[in-house]
Amino acid sequence: MDSSLFIAVGAIAALGLVFGIILAVASKLFAVKSDPLVEEVRAALPGANCGACGYAGCDQYAEAVAADECKITLCTVGGESCAKDLERITGRTAEAGQRLVARVNCGGTLNNRKKSYEYTGLDTCLDMAQLYSGDNACAYGCLGAGDCEKACPFDAIRMVEGVAFILEDKCKSCEICVGVCPKNIIEMVPENAAVTIVCSNTDKGAVAMKGCAVACIGCKKCVKECPVDAIEVNDFLAKIDYDKCINCGKCIQVCPTNAILRYNKKKKKIVKKAKTEEA
Amino acid sequence: MKTIIFVIMGTILVENFVLQKFLGICPFLGVSKKMNSAVGMSGAVVFVMTLASAATWAVNEYILLPNDLEFLRTISFILVVAALVQFVEIILKRFIKPLYKSLGIYLPLITTNCAVLGVALLNIQKSYGFGMSVLYGFAAGLSFTVAIILFSGIRERLETADVPEAFKGLPIALISAAFLSLAFMGFQGLFTF
Repeated sequence: MDSSLFIAVGAIAALGLVFGIILAVASKLFAVKSDPLVEEVRAALPGANCGACGYAGCDQYAEAVAADECKITLCTVGGESCAKDLERITGRTAEAGQRLVARVNCGGTLNNRKKSYEYTGLDTCLDMAQLYSGDNACAYGCLGAGDCEKACPFDAIRMVEGVAFILEDKCKSCEICVGVCPKNIIEMVPENAAVTIVCSNTDKGAVAMKGCAVACIGCKKCVKECPVDAIEVNDFLAKIDYDKCINCGKCIQVCPTNAILRYNKKKKKIVKKAKTEEA
Repeated sequence: MKTIIFVIMGTILVENFVLQKFLGICPFLGVSKKMNSAVGMSGAVVFVMTLASAATWAVNEYILLPNDLEFLRTISFILVVAALVQFVEIILKRFIKPLYKSLGIYLPLITTNCAVLGVALLNIQKSYGFGMSVLYGFAAGLSFTVAIILFSGIRERLETADVPEAFKGLPIALISAAFLSLAFMGFQGLFTF
């Protein structure tokens, strides 16, 4: 047998062995001890890796909490109980923030909205939105194919009469649905905000009315009625400032197109229905 | 001094590793979407190329040549580069945490980068000594840096450009890479080094 074969194999094997030993020794010698605090914090987090805290995932958030770089209330999924756990672990006090929930600013249910054509493509909002901005006569409204429903990691969204509805008890304010909606009609609002303008249409009144029965036409009646100046109309669309709104509901009564709703009533009905479905 | 400038400028302009030798295309396309990550990646490449040039030169000179094992260059260099990067990563993680964090995943990504292996093999081909090898490795890293930073600037502008639907994303990136490469071809024969 040719001895050069053995030399070649031997040389590579020796090189590999030497490198292997060096690496093994180095990894033992220079091992970085991970902070036990990080692991404890990580264990207290829900592990949904949704990114609502602003960090890439739970691991990164845990590191930031352990290093005292950020608030301990940022995890919206774990909510209060999680913040309490972190309080216990880190010894810092949590400043309670107001819980935000997602809300769909569209009331274009199957009865209210008109169709502009018959869509037969892929059953996702994203595809629909790309074909003449969807089959709704209103170019701003919910398309009803449920991209948000599929994206929600907490099963908090239902499609009700062709419009997405958010079960606010289950909402963990991760804002994933806000990102996937191609129409950008999902908004984060304070949990106690009861009055909602269920329209996102910025067309002129007459045009908006053609597409949907509950469109906001920008008549500004609500603006005049509001006792705390919480409503503003821009581009023919009313918007409620929830920092000012006192949930009095006077705007609801004057709205000529019923584009303002008391969300709670609708909520109770749908939550009940969802619960019976599950049971 | 003159040689140093000539080698650095020559490697960047005349024999650019990415745009003229077409080495290291994978990170060139993969990590050039944002300027920040492009800078991080090129930092790691300069670092590893310089070290790898030194290490592979030593392996070639003291292990391969005395035993007539030149034909094992490619495989042993891959071994050396991979082990070296791993070792450097361990050391950095322990002693220079900020650098380790800023290089992030890019360091392990380039363990088997063809540009790194390429510079090691070219050193031998050009029969450089130790000093020249290290210099050439450093210059090669710089040439990668120049290419990827130029390209990431272009790609950031492409994000907002009005590109035809069919060309959006990778197709237009490949086309602009080709133009960039063509532009660099203009430097060919500027001077020899």
